[in-house]
Amino acid sequence: MIFDVLIVGGGGAGLRAAIAVVEADPGLKVAIVSKVYPMRSHTVSAEGGAAGVIGEGDTLDEHAYDTISGGDWLCDQDAVEAFVAEAPRELIRLEHWGCPWSREPDGRVAVRPFGGMKRMRTWFAADKTGFHLLHTLFQTSLRHQEIQRYDEWYATRLIVDDGRVHGVVAMDIRTGAIEALAARTVILATGGCGRAFPFTTNAAIKTGDGMSLAYRAGVPLKDMEFVQYHPTGLPFTGILITEAARAEGGWLINKDGYRYLQDYDLGVPTPTPKLRSMELGPRDRLSQAYVREVERGRTAETPYGQVVYLDLRHLGEARIEARIPFVRELCRSYQNLDPVTDLIPVRPVVHYMMGGVHTDIDGATPIRGLYAAGETACVSINGANRLGSNSLPECLVFGARAGAAAAREAREAPAAGERAVRAQGADERRRLEHERDRRDGGAERIADIREQMQETLEEAAGIYRTRDALDKAANRIAELRERAAAARLDDHSTAFNTEMVAALELSSMLDVAETIVACALNREESRGAHQRSDFPARDDGRFLAHSLAYRGADGGPRVELLPVTITRWPPGERVYGR
Amino acid sequence: MTALPSYRPRVHPLWWARRRAYLVFVLRELTSVFVAWSAAYLVLLARAALAGDAEYAEFRAFAGSPWVVALNVVALAATAFHSVTFLNLAPRAMVVRLDGWRVPGFLIAGGNHSAWLAVSALVAYLVLRS
Amino acid sequence: MITLQVSRYRPGQDAEPVFQDYEVPLRSDWAVLDGLAHIKDHLDGTLSFRWSCRMGICGSCGMTVNGEPRLTCGTFLTDYGEGPIRVEPLRGFPVIRDLVVDIDDVLAKLAHVKPWLIREGEELPLTAEYTQTPAQLEAYKQYSMCINCMLCYSACPVYALEPDFLGPAAIALAQRYNLDSRDQGDRFDLLATDEGVWGCTFVGECTSACPKHVDPAEAIQRYKLTAALTSVRNLLPWGRS
Repeated sequence: MIFDVLIVGGGGAGLRAAIAVVEADPGLKVAIVSKVYPMRSHTVSAEGGAAGVIGEGDTLDEHAYDTISGGDWLCDQDAVEAFVAEAPRELIRLEHWGCPWSREPDGRVAVRPFGGMKRMRTWFAADKTGFHLLHTLFQTSLRHQEIQRYDEWYATRLIVDDGRVHGVVAMDIRTGAIEALAARTVILATGGCGRAFPFTTNAAIKTGDGMSLAYRAGVPLKDMEFVQYHPTGLPFTGILITEAARAEGGWLINKDGYRYLQDYDLGVPTPTPKLRSMELGPRDRLSQAYVREVERGRTAETPYGQVVYLDLRHLGEARIEARIPFVRELCRSYQNLDPVTDLIPVRPVVHYMMGGVHTDIDGATPIRGLYAAGETACVSINGANRLGSNSLPECLVFGARAGAAAAREAREAPAAGERAVRAQGADERRRLEHERDRRDGGAERIADIREQMQETLEEAAGIYRTRDALDKAANRIAELRERAAAARLDDHSTAFNTEMVAALELSSMLDVAETIVACALNREESRGAHQRSDFPARDDGRFLAHSLAYRGADGGPRVELLPVTITRWPPGERVYGR
Repeated sequence: MTALPSYRPRVHPLWWARRRAYLVFVLRELTSVFVAWSAAYLVLLARAALAGDAEYAEFRAFAGSPWVVALNVVALAATAFHSVTFLNLAPRAMVVRLDGWRVPGFLIAGGNHSAWLAVSALVAYLVLRS
Repeated sequence: MITLQVSRYRPGQDAEPVFQDYEVPLRSDWAVLDGLAHIKDHLDGTLSFRWSCRMGICGSCGMTVNGEPRLTCGTFLTDYGEGPIRVEPLRGFPVIRDLVVDIDDVLAKLAHVKPWLIREGEELPLTAEYTQTPAQLEAYKQYSMCINCMLCYSACPVYALEPDFLGPAAIALAQRYNLDSRDQGDRFDLLATDEGVWGCTFVGECTSACPKHVDPAEAIQRYKLTAALTSVRNLLPWGRS
């Protein structure tokens, strides 16, 4: 059995890609390998919305400009132009598949404002947009019975031979069986890796698996230093309070009740939200403002660190219930407060990886037949800072593009190299069985090493970075990698061995951590989400370029630069609130 | 590699006794028997009344016997329980919208109970007025 | 500290589930899931359970907590006083390992009710949406909130006794599309069967268990009414269309 297209990951990008493949050619054999059931994927947690130009008075060029300036001119502009042009079509397609978009009284799709966007162009399904989008895609995918699913299978290795992909090796988590799945093309759509950090909105499953798979196979990871901190996460849990809360009129205040963003060149406070201003500034700038507030001693102390407050009280119960009911539900269930009457304590929290697997505009990587889409990939449309509500349409647009491109490629690609599949499959089986049976490990637990990796990243590769801290972190991560290889496993069984999965995930995250630190060290400038205290200015002369982290011969990363594609928007100043 | 066996839990014969909600449900189902008895009793009464005085007197003697009285007291309680629990569930099957406003469940259940009381009162009035 | 009595089933090792006690810190902001993660990370790496988003939207972490089907990410340790807290896998499902149950049967049932938008005739071009007023959206919105957490199946005695029963979430999902103004499908043959809505004896526990207020019991009872009216109409000579 040889699949024409094998997709790793069953979230927004993976499902969209699968549907694109069967739409292109129902005769193709397509499979989704996912470590969770597709409707559990992390797309489900996206709240605020999905951007696509539809309203009158809005233009594709304005969406492109917002995206490019929001990304501090590190976006590839040809990719952004394709993205903004295709996003509305993809969102309408979702509507045709049944997505319950929120509506205007006349029955047309409603749009809301969002951070960094000059116009109202964010489609939403109340504040469970990702949930509805994912379930609509999953349910639509059920209609196509030709999509074969490997639910709760964990892909551990890409089979690559002669510069071409030939499939993946994956473990059936339920039985522990390790199998080589042959495929003419493979699409990686495993999402991000927020779990490499201690405090994140990301689900437990976001461990950078696809990035690591590609990296180990020789594909560079691009722009990994750009890690987005979302400005409003609940302390302790890291649960996301959507940007829509601010788009609907919420205020960020410090412990004195002062709307502190006015002190950070983000405009002047107005009672109602103003686009590209104050609370509707981009996420990187808002998270950086928080750090400055902490330094000035104007934040409140809690057991889980310093917090500022999100104030929704003036919106009133009716508006909160109608537009952001999930915010209220989350606050009540997980923080024991009601935003109708109480302030919500918030702090910045790791949310999204701008970087990822290096691909072109069709999701193709340098390895023939290997594609990536969604957060796993870096096309790049997000540059140095992604705008809120661009990631869901990114999953759709580039999921569909990768699916279509893989379908084309699969028709021409030679049959998978059977010998490589068999040999590399056997090799990987040996490796994994050895890992699982390892009883002589040291005293250290997987979780302890994971925690140390997370702390290391937070300290060195957080909102502000310096060479010293990054240098230390690079050494520390190399050391953690060695310790991880010798860590102890309690569980040697085959059935649903989640400790084994955790060990494999840790090793993926260490790959990702290494590239984040290496790229951050190399980029001696401050741009978007990458702020170097020792290089506080943007340096277009040296760094109007993507970082490409290759896995070097010694196993460590090697960073090269690749110029950014500029089409119509030369680099300029990022202006918000003025 | 073949899958190791999964454990298939058996349903305990007394599953319905372990949760209040299940117990109420099973009692509601059981009370159907008494609802059926009440219907049958009414048919017997009507037949006797139509058949003439002798038949009617015989039925009254039967109805007055202690065990029938006891049975009917139990049946009344059971039927009342059945009716109340049934009407309480009515909002689940009825979604009533008035000008976009969804009528809340307690009003629907309350309306059903009120109608039930009104009909009972009317019957009582007709029977007791003579 | 509080005691978690956790059901363990290790296939090949245990013939049937056994309880194992663990002491975990009792913190006011810890959910049962945090307690389980603490066990996994620091006490016993062999304990297996599913979890992901820990914000009540991915539907992974449903378990039986002190006899009740609950999402463990939203069920707090302090709700149980001094404890102990008994954590078991969701009832009504085969147990794969420890707290992990086999839900493939329900997944097949979800797929069985054709949970996608069915349209007849030409599709609209990708430049225009189907219009749907807020009131039309409201008509099915509640049934679109299901996160497939399986708590309703676990609470349903009919599903435990009659595994062929289509069950609460699948029927609610069918109703989600039936009541969508854009849908033109007909799911009568799938739903108006003994294994479909007529299998439901209306215990109502699915609705009590649902953490997202989907109210599957209501969905089922409403379809019973629809199915009954449709059946009557089909019997009448002038009723068939």
